[in-house]
Amino acid sequence: MQDYLQLFADYVTYTLLGIGQGTPLGSTVDFFIYDTIKVTLMLAVIVFFVGVVRTFITPRRVRKWVSGRPEGVGNVLAALLGIPTPFCTCSAVPLFIGFVESGVPLGITFSFLVASPLINEIAAAMLIGMFGWQIAAIYIVSGLVIAILAGVIIGRLHLEDQVEEFVWSCHMPERSEQAMTWRDRINFAAGESKSITRKVLPYILAGIAIGAVIHGYAPADFLLNIAGNDNPLAVPIAVLIGIPLHSNAAGMIPIIEVLTSKGMAMGTALAFMMAVIGLSLPEMVILRKVIKVRLLLIFAGILFVSFTLTGYLFNAILG
Amino acid sequence: MATIEVLGTGCAKCKRLLANAEQAVKELNVAMDVVKVDELDQIVERGVMLTPALSINGEVVSEGRVLDVKEIKRMLSE
Repeated sequence: MQDYLQLFADYVTYTLLGIGQGTPLGSTVDFFIYDTIKVTLMLAVIVFFVGVVRTFITPRRVRKWVSGRPEGVGNVLAALLGIPTPFCTCSAVPLFIGFVESGVPLGITFSFLVASPLINEIAAAMLIGMFGWQIAAIYIVSGLVIAILAGVIIGRLHLEDQVEEFVWSCHMPERSEQAMTWRDRINFAAGESKSITRKVLPYILAGIAIGAVIHGYAPADFLLNIAGNDNPLAVPIAVLIGIPLHSNAAGMIPIIEVLTSKGMAMGTALAFMMAVIGLSLPEMVILRKVIKVRLLLIFAGILFVSFTLTGYLFNAILG
Repeated sequence: MATIEVLGTGCAKCKRLLANAEQAVKELNVAMDVVKVDELDQIVERGVMLTPALSINGEVVSEGRVLDVKEIKRMLSE
């Protein structure tokens, strides 16, 4: 498969476009065509399969599956189910109310709230395409561990008094969901694959193009001194900068590619990415409607510490 | 008269769904009210966990997705 792709990229670059083989421009264009097609195909395929899975997993079912589970099992399940279940920031409040009012413990609710934005198939597909499956696996596993631990800690702290009173008296009626046939599921997944790939494609193109140019022309040690492995403060500073910022995985990964190619250590870059997509100022402002400031700060604090530790850990392993 | 409601607290996706619903009603040329519901307690009362949601005649037909005009038209004609 990859060989055919390489042959195709070579053919377009050297035969159709007539760029000289072995020239810097030639290898840049060749790399650009090869990488773009590879990442796009991977994204389309992975989003399709996760789309099929998604038709089986709705937040409403998740809350049913995790309620009544003990600590630990419930947190693991909530974090895992958070992966294929995305929600937009403005859904955080109804989602939170729906979980808590149906009796899902606070800690398990937070495991879901952390995992859902942090880990998803778009991040996975783009990380595999641009950095290889090892980095993608590292990202997913550490994201899961963070979501599980953050939930267990919040659960242990017994912060139920930090939830706004009105949440406890909310009643969200059970809604029946339409039955789906396999045909519906495939159609849904195909639609998701098409629309998400189309939406993410400009980011991929920009990221790979910038990456391709930088590989060739910019000095690779630009960030080495301030954000390389030798500066211990780089990780917490990157996380601190990343937490209020908000972007999705698609927008973040090309930036990560640029930062790492300019000398930022991989662990620092992953920690920065987690901080940007895992938590944001708008999300905190919205969550403030349902939880009090103290819980909000504890939540942000736990994530700050875990992202920072993850950054150090991977700088140590990968460095 | 039949009513379409767009439920959501006012993010960009909710606005896009509202615009699509209005467009669908216009294209079908039917007499329907398109209403925006942005009160949190009303959204919760309908059992909606993901916004934006679309409700036709009081029944929630979609959650957490920005349906396109074609999809809304199909749902309306059912």
